Amino acid sequence: MNKKIGLKHIFSKIFIGLMMFFFYLPIVYTVIFSFNSSKSLSKFTGFSFIWYERLFKSNDMMDSIFYTVVIAVLATFISTIVGTITAIGLSKSNKVLRGIVAQINDLPVMNPDIVTAIGLLMFFSSLAIKKGFITLLLAHIMFCIPFVILSVLPKLRSLDPNILDAALDLGCTPIKALIKVIVPQITSGILAGALIAFTMSFDDFVISYFVTGNGVNNISIMIYTMTKRVNPTINVISTLIIAVITIILVIINIAPIIKERKLKMEVKKNEKTS
Amino acid sequence: MKNFRTMVYPYIIWAFIIIVVPMLMIIMYAFTKQGNEVMNIRFTLENFSAFFEDAVFINVLKRSLVIAVLTTVICILLGYPTAYLMAKMKPKSQMLMVFLITLPTWINMLVRTYAWRGILEKNGLINNFLALFGIEPIKMLETTFAVVLGMVYNFIPFMILQIYTSLSKMDQSYIEAADDLGANKIQTFFKVVFPLSLPGVISGITLVFLPAVSSFFIPKLLGGGQFVLIGNVIETQFLTTGNWGFGSAISLIMSIIIILAMYLARYIDKKISAKGGDM
Repeated sequence: MNKKIGLKHIFSKIFIGLMMFFFYLPIVYTVIFSFNSSKSLSKFTGFSFIWYERLFKSNDMMDSIFYTVVIAVLATFISTIVGTITAIGLSKSNKVLRGIVAQINDLPVMNPDIVTAIGLLMFFSSLAIKKGFITLLLAHIMFCIPFVILSVLPKLRSLDPNILDAALDLGCTPIKALIKVIVPQITSGILAGALIAFTMSFDDFVISYFVTGNGVNNISIMIYTMTKRVNPTINVISTLIIAVITIILVIINIAPIIKERKLKMEVKKNEKTS
Repeated sequence: MKNFRTMVYPYIIWAFIIIVVPMLMIIMYAFTKQGNEVMNIRFTLENFSAFFEDAVFINVLKRSLVIAVLTTVICILLGYPTAYLMAKMKPKSQMLMVFLITLPTWINMLVRTYAWRGILEKNGLINNFLALFGIEPIKMLETTFAVVLGMVYNFIPFMILQIYTSLSKMDQSYIEAADDLGANKIQTFFKVVFPLSLPGVISGITLVFLPAVSSFFIPKLLGGGQFVLIGNVIETQFLTTGNWGFGSAISLIMSIIIILAMYLARYIDKKISAKGGDM
């Protein structure tokens, strides 16, 4: 009996191991070949930084990194503010209004990206808005706001409505009440929404690809257009993205654990002093 | 209190203009003739008949559906055991596994898909590995295999996480009850665990099938220029040919197929859950 369980255990470990291998093989592969000294994507000829140098010297690539970051920062900033304001309004409105907003927000979330993308393409073209930075930014704000609303709204629902009334009764102006009373209590939801918005914007390809133009490209579009030729700088840019995202995610996942430990330590200290 | 409600109105106006209007434009273009003045829009079904009468497009649609279904099935077959084993781990290992599975999904899809080119190439990693055993290089890049692999790779995390959530939320007393009542492990799995985890599988299917049907960069990156799926046809219509009416009609057809597939999945879910209740 024991032998059988042991065998099963080993088998499941191997299965999980293979799945993790499948998940991380392309990522590790990309990182390794970004340091390759030759153009080959399959033979590692030696360690070098030449593709990193190439990347930093390539105007197109640096421009695309610049646009990606600027668009992501602006779209996150604007959609976080608008999304939070809308969510607060929604938490105080009736079911009908909430239903309408939920339905509209579902459209870009549930529809395939390509459908949203062609809709925007036709929309911007018929308004004769020049395709480029502005259209890209508007599109990103459009698909980011629903995610901010979705992550802020649950936090607002769990708030005690009396707190706001108390603030107003005590002479707070509505705006002051919002900033000083409500916002501090939903910060975690706002931050989560901002993070989702940022990564959605940073990673977006399909919608950006259809709505941009006039040489304004983000990293994803650069990769897509460069894949026709063998180009190891793609590996470099990929490695940089992987590094940035991994660092952010590790920090986000570890920060609460550290915070918890600190709290525990403080509680212990307080217990000792008292 | 009423002051706060007005805070919603700007967004409603914005959302109507930038979300609803473009959707209405797709419908309008799909049903009207190109080149018309706005004032004399003429209703037509030409765009749809052009699609259904052309064997080329029908074949593309069929191929897209076959690949999406294949991707979904493989995602279930590989994702279910992964989620199942995860749910049985210690809480700390579970958290680590969720992190390890989520991490790649935050990295740009194009980046992850592009990486497979080097691995699948004629002189790539896999063929180099096979050469060690004296096996001739196999053509993998620019085949259906590569496209399905790319899709499974990109979309399986969603499947695993959905199934894992439904398995880890499951009330363990059901399993104990089945065990007490004399069911063996296989019976317990098929009569208790699997039916209870179906909602997770269904939402996993939604999250895999939808992007798999509409994806156009995975076939282009891993299938080569010759490998055309429905998403690639839409891309060409809008970015090369400039035929908005036809492109809108195709994306409308695709959306309808996706909606039908979703309803079918939900219907099956309900049927099976109802059957479980009878037993």
